[in-house]
Amino acid sequence: MVTDGSSDRPHEAAPTIVAPSPVQQAGGGGSGGGDLTQELLTSDWWSDALVAAAGIPVVDVPFVTLGGGIGSFVTVDYLRIAGVPTDRMRVLSDIDFPWQTYEYLTKVSQIPRPERIRSDSASRPDNIWGFPSYAVAEAIRDKSLAPLWQVLVEPIWADYYTPRAGMVFEGLERESKRIRYADMLVNGQVRMVRRRQGGGYFTILTPPDAKPARRVAFRSQFVHIAVGYPGLKFLPELQAFRTEHQDFYHVVSAYEDHEHVYDRLRVKPGVVLVRGGGIVSSRVLQRLMDDRANYQLSTQIVHLFRTYVSGPHGPNQWMRRKGGNGFAYQGFNYPKSVWGGQLKAKMRRLEGEQRATEYKLMGGTNTPWRRRWQRQMNQGRAEGWYRTMAGTVEQMKVRDDGMVVSMVKTGQGPGEIAADFVIDCTGLEADIAEHRVLADLLEHSGAGRNPVGRLDVERTFELRGTSSAPGVIYASGAATLGGYFPGVDTFLGLQIAAQEITDDLARRGFCRKIGPGRSVRQWLRWATNRQP
Amino acid sequence: MVPTLNGRIQTRILLLAVVGGLITLIIVPVLPGSAPLGDKYQNGFLVLLSVAVLGVLWELLYHLLMQWRWEKDWPTLFGLVEGIPEGVLIWVLLSAGAIPGIVGKVSGADFLIQFILVWLGVWLAANGPMRVPFIRWRFRGGRLV
Repeated sequence: MVTDGSSDRPHEAAPTIVAPSPVQQAGGGGSGGGDLTQELLTSDWWSDALVAAAGIPVVDVPFVTLGGGIGSFVTVDYLRIAGVPTDRMRVLSDIDFPWQTYEYLTKVSQIPRPERIRSDSASRPDNIWGFPSYAVAEAIRDKSLAPLWQVLVEPIWADYYTPRAGMVFEGLERESKRIRYADMLVNGQVRMVRRRQGGGYFTILTPPDAKPARRVAFRSQFVHIAVGYPGLKFLPELQAFRTEHQDFYHVVSAYEDHEHVYDRLRVKPGVVLVRGGGIVSSRVLQRLMDDRANYQLSTQIVHLFRTYVSGPHGPNQWMRRKGGNGFAYQGFNYPKSVWGGQLKAKMRRLEGEQRATEYKLMGGTNTPWRRRWQRQMNQGRAEGWYRTMAGTVEQMKVRDDGMVVSMVKTGQGPGEIAADFVIDCTGLEADIAEHRVLADLLEHSGAGRNPVGRLDVERTFELRGTSSAPGVIYASGAATLGGYFPGVDTFLGLQIAAQEITDDLARRGFCRKIGPGRSVRQWLRWATNRQP
Repeated sequence: MVPTLNGRIQTRILLLAVVGGLITLIIVPVLPGSAPLGDKYQNGFLVLLSVAVLGVLWELLYHLLMQWRWEKDWPTLFGLVEGIPEGVLIWVLLSAGAIPGIVGKVSGADFLIQFILVWLGVWLAANGPMRVPFIRWRFRGGRLV
């Protein structure tokens, strides 16, 4: 491995949980069959002897990250740049590459590789410096000044510049090769993390195809949890409809593959009910409207908003967000200053109810105001094939002719919408306890909830209540939304979290702090595609 | 970088000192004015100092204006066009002899060349390269300390 030399090694690192060789597997010599015993399942703290008695082999490594998505990737990327060699970290994951889940979700929600995601030019998960930004990189690659002009005049005289999904994935692929991500990846299903008597943690992994279940325990000083969204939740009436009718054809989620809807509409004209007012509904509308224009279809679109935003909204003139035609408009998931400006500084100081209130003010479903989308919707409204409604659905049923009828409660009284397809774009997220690993942390490892109900983390992203000195559990990503830093479930937010975690680990002696000199040297290595 | 007030001021002072100072050092000998080099340097650095000192007051105004923006951001282009009112003010003060220490008279061409190059240099540095040595800078609203 190419490194900056021995000076990269953390001189004061003395992890107590580490075996002589950084990654070492001890055979499961116990009498157990290598599976979890009742005693292990019920104990909050595990001893080495308890794990050995179960016959579970132990792997020693100082740092493990759970998830293996973008959150794990940017964290190990930061740590690699801070000088941590690959043999001191393991990524425990059931996916093969970090952008696998993200690419699946963007693709089914109508952002294939050539389309642009909703992310800022300088939010590069493959480049901790965000320099050169995506716009500069695209300008160089395509020999075009257009991306540069767009970032210069955004957001007033042009829409925000956003990178193509394909460009993001290509960058991640390059960076994962550069930091030798594959060397750190261990495939399998993480079952739980428990505190270890004597310090640190055991993370139980079930390798693929291990039948009967035979586990592996990773014994580490540090654990990082970035398991993403706990799960998708449907609106109650949609869930009831799908359960009762076992109909996954007419009523679909935008976060699932629903290409059959667009295929059918190309063959036979139909009515589509779109639900939700966020970015995914905008994407689905774009697809329906693009197909309508490209294939001369006569698709009718009914768009149902639960909360209909008719104009600018907010408590006062210093906190007023743009809105109209049902949508709340905002360039990105959050107001831009949560990633580094005054909102970030403000939120860092707020606790409890105050923080929850502020989240509500800046949150809520929103989507960007984009010129192309506005043109399409204006045309649809003028020609009568795109209609919006405000209300909630009480019940759904199938009519004799196969149409799905939604009984809607609106401000003007009850109504009915008959549609060939219902596309749910509400994107409700399940409670964190729906995720097995997170539920186990809440139940056995002392983790708690923050003011908005997700995992409660410190400003350093240490998971409160889970300390097992000298070990620490960190958590970042969607499961920790509601903390001192609001944008945590975004590309840039994950990098901000990774920076805080790296700085905290540097204070604990696990890696070096990235100062200006190291940062410049490492950036040069990045620019020339050399290993950290 | 989305600035806080403190971050705006710190970034302005650092970039004017380092990038502005370097550009001034290089550009002054080739400016068209016929004054002795020492006088030209003195005037050049006094102009730079004025941009920094008056800039702190300008930053208060920008920060106030930013409060009307929902995002509490400051688009890239704003950072560039701020240079117009700031440049005009400095020129008015220069013409009125209100900047202390200026030797003789600074010609319009000398001022324009230096001011535009310094402004562009600082603006470009703030919009990218600054993030390379200072990886925490953009997440702290432009604060360095």
